[in-house]
Amino acid sequence: MSTGLEQLYQQIILDHAKARHGSPLREYDGAGRSGESRQLNPVCGDEITLRAGVADGTVASVTWDGAGCAISMASASVLTDLVQGLPRDEVISLVDAFREVMRSRGRIEADEEVLGDAAAFSGVSRFPARVKCAMLAWVALEESLLAANG
Amino acid sequence: MPVVETPVTLTPASAGLTDAEVHRIRNDFPILGTEVNGKPLIYLDSGATSQNPLSVMEAEQEFYEQRNAAVHRGAHTLAVDATEAYEDARTAVARFIGARTNELVWTSNATEGINLVAYAMSNAALGRGGAAARRFAVGPGDNIVVTEMEHHANLIPWQELAARTGAELRFLPVGDDGSLRLEDAAAIITPSTRLVAFSHASNVLGTINPVGELVQLARAVGALTLLDACQSVPHLPVDVKDLGVDFLVFSGHKMLGPTGIGALYGRAELLNAMPPFLTGGSMITTVTMERAEYLPSPNRFEAGTQRISQAIALGAAANYLSETGMHHIEAWESRLGARLVEGLGAIEGIRVLGPAAGLPRIGLAAFDVDGVHAHDVGQFLDDQGIAVRVGHHCAQPLHRRFGLTATTRASTYLYNTTDEVDAFLDAVAQVRPFFGAQR
Repeated sequence: MSTGLEQLYQQIILDHAKARHGSPLREYDGAGRSGESRQLNPVCGDEITLRAGVADGTVASVTWDGAGCAISMASASVLTDLVQGLPRDEVISLVDAFREVMRSRGRIEADEEVLGDAAAFSGVSRFPARVKCAMLAWVALEESLLAANG
Repeated sequence: MPVVETPVTLTPASAGLTDAEVHRIRNDFPILGTEVNGKPLIYLDSGATSQNPLSVMEAEQEFYEQRNAAVHRGAHTLAVDATEAYEDARTAVARFIGARTNELVWTSNATEGINLVAYAMSNAALGRGGAAARRFAVGPGDNIVVTEMEHHANLIPWQELAARTGAELRFLPVGDDGSLRLEDAAAIITPSTRLVAFSHASNVLGTINPVGELVQLARAVGALTLLDACQSVPHLPVDVKDLGVDFLVFSGHKMLGPTGIGALYGRAELLNAMPPFLTGGSMITTVTMERAEYLPSPNRFEAGTQRISQAIALGAAANYLSETGMHHIEAWESRLGARLVEGLGAIEGIRVLGPAAGLPRIGLAAFDVDGVHAHDVGQFLDDQGIAVRVGHHCAQPLHRRFGLTATTRASTYLYNTTDEVDAFLDAVAQVRPFFGAQR
């Protein structure tokens, strides 16, 4: 096993891939509005349907259904833990920060203070073929928040 | 130009290549000596694209260094040389599959060959090609039959043809064992069937389909047949006259040739009656401002400047395969395929699609790893220098039929060794422990 592979599949990622926090997808019955997005990676068939509920400018709930690789499923699970209860605007900057790390080809190391467990995905950016796997849930969240805005 | 119509002499059937011969063959493929992620490359993705021997790369380079010119036009020496090399390549590739030279149309790839036939058929449905082309016309009340195991390339062009013409698209289902359910065929292939399009060997299951039986069923109702031979022409001896199909397509880059070149075989009588698909320069006899008359096959289907160097390189690839002997290659790969299936079957949590161990299959195996997504399996193997394909392999309906979205596929060729297959099996055995997927 190379260190590259262990950097990609950190234990926290393997654990989240199994735990799948936020799954399954649930109806949002809280205050405010909700939005939904389905994202597909046609290369490998990974898919996710994610629903975000927003009340008083806060992301109150994230739930999702998905099928895909360890990276895509763990990313959705970590994202759920990270963003629930945070102000919508802050969540949007987190998505931007995560995307910047993912597109950096290994040049930007994620700030754990900001991204929490999602910093474990820094290694993914060195594997360009896997960046889309890691981004799938984050793109779904971004689209869901737009949809929730009406 | 010299056109020699002698049949190619194949080496008689045997137990196949030996380990020593395979090691000698490997020396012809520079890329097989490279490293990936610090490990010697083990290339098990020839079902997607094969590697090129030096003779193929040299043929392309030699053309550009010494003969580069447009073909079938111009009277200068280079143009004559280029045309001769280009047409010699056509003869070599036609002979490789037992066809006559005028029955082999160059295409960009197999996908374009299938689309050529599909669009020729809808052109015929619009009345193009006159009475002679009426046999290609499809419309409401007619049907086109494919199978559930087709690559998207042999499915979507027929979906589109059906949508354009009002014909119905039907399919022959696949059984749990990965074979076509021929017992259902009589209800599906009917007198209103105009074309039966199917693969010779499945790119996912490895199944070798009973071409003769399907041709008989199609002929009995007056339907045409089209065979997708992408996974057979590179790996098995193929003779179009023995198979009896009307059309056959294959790709160059899966048979040691370059990308950008493939071929469509059609019986001469059919090709000369079929309206063209792409039109323009080089495919005509007389042109007025109102209309044009077309050359016979193959030129009527080769509009515009052609893929000259690629065709010549594909000719060199066909010669390389003939000299090695397709019977030897078939026997060697059948050994590798059996070793793959038996080895994978012995690993806990692995489910191999397609024919059971001991039954005929080409040298590939697609499999599901319980608890680990195919993309992760591929990443783990890549870390060990092993190149495989992951995903749906352009066969989503087939994966859905087996309740899967993605599988991992190892596919062999004449240059793979039994040691490589064993190293692959060892690596696959480590996948579930690494991802903590064992119960």
